[in-house]
Amino acid sequence: MVVGSVAAIGAGLAAIGAGIGIGQIGKGAVEGIARQPEAANDIRTNMIVAAALVEAVSLFAVVVALLGNSVGAQ
Amino acid sequence: MMSKSVKSLLVAVFSLFIIFNSNVSFAQENGKEHHPSENTEHKGDFDVTGFILDHVKDHHSWHLWGHTSIPLPVIIKTDKGFEFFSSSKLSGEHHEPVVYQGNYAYKLVEGKIKIVNADGTVNEEDSKKVFDISITKNVASMFLTVLLLIWIFTGVARAYQKTGVKSAPKGFQSFIEPIILFVRDEVAKPYLGHQYARFMPFLLTIFFFIWINNLLGLVPFFPGGANLSGNIAFTLALALFTFIIVNVNGKKDYWKHIFWMPGLPTPMKIFLMPIEVLGVFIKPISLTIRLFANITAGHILVMSLISLIFIFESVFASAMAVPFTVFISVIELLVGFLQAFIFAMLSALYIGMAIEEHHDHHEDIPVI
Repeated sequence: MVVGSVAAIGAGLAAIGAGIGIGQIGKGAVEGIARQPEAANDIRTNMIVAAALVEAVSLFAVVVALLGNSVGAQ
Repeated sequence: MMSKSVKSLLVAVFSLFIIFNSNVSFAQENGKEHHPSENTEHKGDFDVTGFILDHVKDHHSWHLWGHTSIPLPVIIKTDKGFEFFSSSKLSGEHHEPVVYQGNYAYKLVEGKIKIVNADGTVNEEDSKKVFDISITKNVASMFLTVLLLIWIFTGVARAYQKTGVKSAPKGFQSFIEPIILFVRDEVAKPYLGHQYARFMPFLLTIFFFIWINNLLGLVPFFPGGANLSGNIAFTLALALFTFIIVNVNGKKDYWKHIFWMPGLPTPMKIFLMPIEVLGVFIKPISLTIRLFANITAGHILVMSLISLIFIFESVFASAMAVPFTVFISVIELLVGFLQAFIFAMLSALYIGMAIEEHHDHHEDIPVI
């Protein structure tokens, strides 16, 4: 029971990190597009790439949390 | 506007109906099955984790509906040589694992083929001899993707042979051509420069292979439904291709930057060398885990949302769960494309870093 909760806390912390990261990316991209609407396409591509990279790091954490959960439960 | 809201109402009602029906059949299934080994089954004992992990894992048969599934060939190698048989021989009438007598007595234990003793217990010592190279659900799904890719691209290539590249694309060509141009202009050219043409076949193959696998994984019924790109062995194999291509094509500058970083004091060079060497291996590992985790997370999310209905044991939970599932599925369509794009793009980036001849500008962006 306790094991599951700790893994859930880990996943939650990962979500916080990813949230901050993707929020920052979105903020930067929207500001950039507002200043230079003609560069919107380039900015969007780079934004998606950066968001995917940030998301991947949080997913690493989720995988580790899952692994920890299943290993700890045994 | 009016017709739109009517349409969405219809969709909601229809999905409620379907969920209600499947709920009933699920309850019936629970009532029918009586495995003495399992917990006493009464309503509310729905094992969510088991249900989700069962979907995420690989199988020796391809489940269609209810109690119907397609048996797939089992190929195993032991010290007595190869053996081929159908996986239907490993499951009995009520889908419980049964012992199949080949060179050894085989039985499916938690999805893995194990050798059992005469009294039915698993012989761990002998089971180590089993080398399982069966056509499992994932492998069958991969063959399907390969056939699909061959069918699509030989057709498109033949059309180009007939009409040439200058004339306007026709039929399926007009769907594929923009995507190929997208890969060329957004993935290959920015990172590979003038040498992009050499790596286009690899990048296109990897992009379309991952994309079609992701899309097939989102189809909930037969031809799809395998969690192939959410299988870590599959993604590892793809990342290995990138790893080999990067290191085989690595120029002098690439190796110099790994082993003896120019423009740094010697203690720093010694300190950086192990880190850079590790980085060579971490890059494909991060490619592996990114694709694996993204796709698996998507599958788990969809399954969890559907499971909510069975956790709350109420038809009304589907009013919330179904729209959410549709929403997540649409996001997964985007993620499926995005991950294929990211995989191809990072492969291009790593290859580009390896084949760069001269370093006029030092902007080594750390990409995990």
